[in-house]
Amino acid sequence: MTWDVAVRCAGRRRKLPTGPALGLAAISLIIAGALLAPLLTPHSPNLPLPDGMTPDGMPKPPSLAHWFGTDNLGRSMVARVLYGARATLLVGVVSNTIAVVVGTLVGGIGGMLEGRAEAAVMRFVDLMLAFPALILAIAIASIIGPSLWNAALIIALSNWTWIARVVYTKTLSIRERNFITAARLLGASRWYLFSRHLLMHLAPIMLVWETLGIATTVQMSAALSFLGVGVQPPTPSWGNIIHDNQNYFTVAPWTVLIPGVFILVLSLSFNIVGEYVHEKMEALESRERRPETAEDARERFGEIEHAG
Amino acid sequence: MNRQFFGFVAKRLGQGAIVLVGISIVTFLLLYVIPSDPASLIAGRAANPDTIARINAQLGLDKPVWLRYAIYMGHLLHGNLGTSYVERTQVARELLSRLPATLELVSGAIFWEVAIGVSLGVIGGVWRGRLADRLAMGFAYVTVAAPQFVTGLLLLYVFGFQLGWLPLGGYGGLSYLLLPSLTLGLLNAAWHTRVVRSEVVREQGEPYVEAALARGVSRRTVILRHVVPGAILPVPTLVGLDFGYLMGGAVIIDQVFGWPGVGQYMWQGIQNTDVPVIMGVTLFAAVFVVVANIIADIVSYFIDPRIRVN
Repeated sequence: MTWDVAVRCAGRRRKLPTGPALGLAAISLIIAGALLAPLLTPHSPNLPLPDGMTPDGMPKPPSLAHWFGTDNLGRSMVARVLYGARATLLVGVVSNTIAVVVGTLVGGIGGMLEGRAEAAVMRFVDLMLAFPALILAIAIASIIGPSLWNAALIIALSNWTWIARVVYTKTLSIRERNFITAARLLGASRWYLFSRHLLMHLAPIMLVWETLGIATTVQMSAALSFLGVGVQPPTPSWGNIIHDNQNYFTVAPWTVLIPGVFILVLSLSFNIVGEYVHEKMEALESRERRPETAEDARERFGEIEHAG
Repeated sequence: MNRQFFGFVAKRLGQGAIVLVGISIVTFLLLYVIPSDPASLIAGRAANPDTIARINAQLGLDKPVWLRYAIYMGHLLHGNLGTSYVERTQVARELLSRLPATLELVSGAIFWEVAIGVSLGVIGGVWRGRLADRLAMGFAYVTVAAPQFVTGLLLLYVFGFQLGWLPLGGYGGLSYLLLPSLTLGLLNAAWHTRVVRSEVVREQGEPYVEAALARGVSRRTVILRHVVPGAILPVPTLVGLDFGYLMGGAVIIDQVFGWPGVGQYMWQGIQNTDVPVIMGVTLFAAVFVVVANIIADIVSYFIDPRIRVN
């Protein structure tokens, strides 16, 4: 990165609109909370507090000593939510990364193939799209047995199809462009075209999905945990905190609403930030269509680095 | 035009049939390839190897895979989705008995998503960039990000528990339907909002709108008589697709509200690791999606003349 580009990036960063800025802040805070959980709370997420229950054995409402109150077993909700962020984020990010990689490979390969092979790959994608994602995920989770890594794999398995569709459409437009034809005329192999040219041009869209997709995978991981087929207790996750406490929601609504609000904020933030990245990429692409000058190219690379 | 129409329908039906066969293969593979041990589930933990072998033979699990697929497919064509491992009842019959409750829930949800989604979309598009638009879009963002079970439990807490206006779950008249259908509808309302909003914005930029305004037609009339009817063209297609997705069972809604629909059957299947039930519901859900897709295509063929040209 040359110096002037770095300066320009720094200048741009200040212009980040309020929405994406807030989203980014919320994501950073949640990640920091998950990582620093042992420093932020003296309590263990799995041990009941000595004063964690009311005399009738009910969860305690939020107070100065315990900001988020206690749960159905008298454990500190602050500790549960902070440690729960780890499992929730882990499943969300891992599953989304797998989905993006698989989706890009399948969609990209489908787009680079021709004729029957192309049709076969894409009909398979369409076929998998016919299964409602959550139903498919629940079905597989309940059969292979619930665990954190299984949840991540299953969510990836039910989410890669959308990404493959988008990447395929994108690839179709890329493969018609002059530099691909030029490379092909120079004798580039299909693998070379795929790895050196196509993947480079798909990188922005992968970045978009890497952010936008987490909004969905976080929600799905919460949904699986809520149904008891996701992350298993005693490991806390935001979904299984709600699962454990849903019978108490009338007497102790905070046990359900607090983790619920965290899921909402995390998903909302990834959505807003993802859409912002998406808009930026679209703007870049419409600029790409006219013949590119050296100045444009420098700006383009600068901006991609900035977004990354 | 008639001949072209039948050609179009025949082509879509043919594609649909191929997808359905593919779905049956995928479901079959999931059902039998994923490691699970139905025989020991049925016999219990203390079963001896002989019993397990006998149950495997009884279920046909000792036959080669292709033969098992043929038998499975034969059963499917007769409308037989298999027998529950745990309850020993016909999965297809159980599914059918839960269809009315799910149909009721889905109709309610579609009512809400169209009512909320279209009105917010029109508001957002007409007052683009103003406060009303920001509120409508903010609402759409939040409802998309809110997990169904949190929305559901929150609505139950406020309207069922605190205010006591509506029952705390169960199945019955309209008062029971209100909250679960609203929760389910909110999820897709945001989608309608976004589509309708962008269509309203696009439609307002059309020359005929400017022409009508120039002729002195009031803005209100132009919007209500011209812009809105044009902008809601995609709604029937969206509704068709949503219908397909929702009919597959709202596991979370059924669980939160105790609604006796297809989703609750799935839930029972999950609790017992009852593979034929789980796979029956999955297949049922996918079939609905495919059928709804075909119907949506045919409906939009009627509504939108542009498709006929292509």
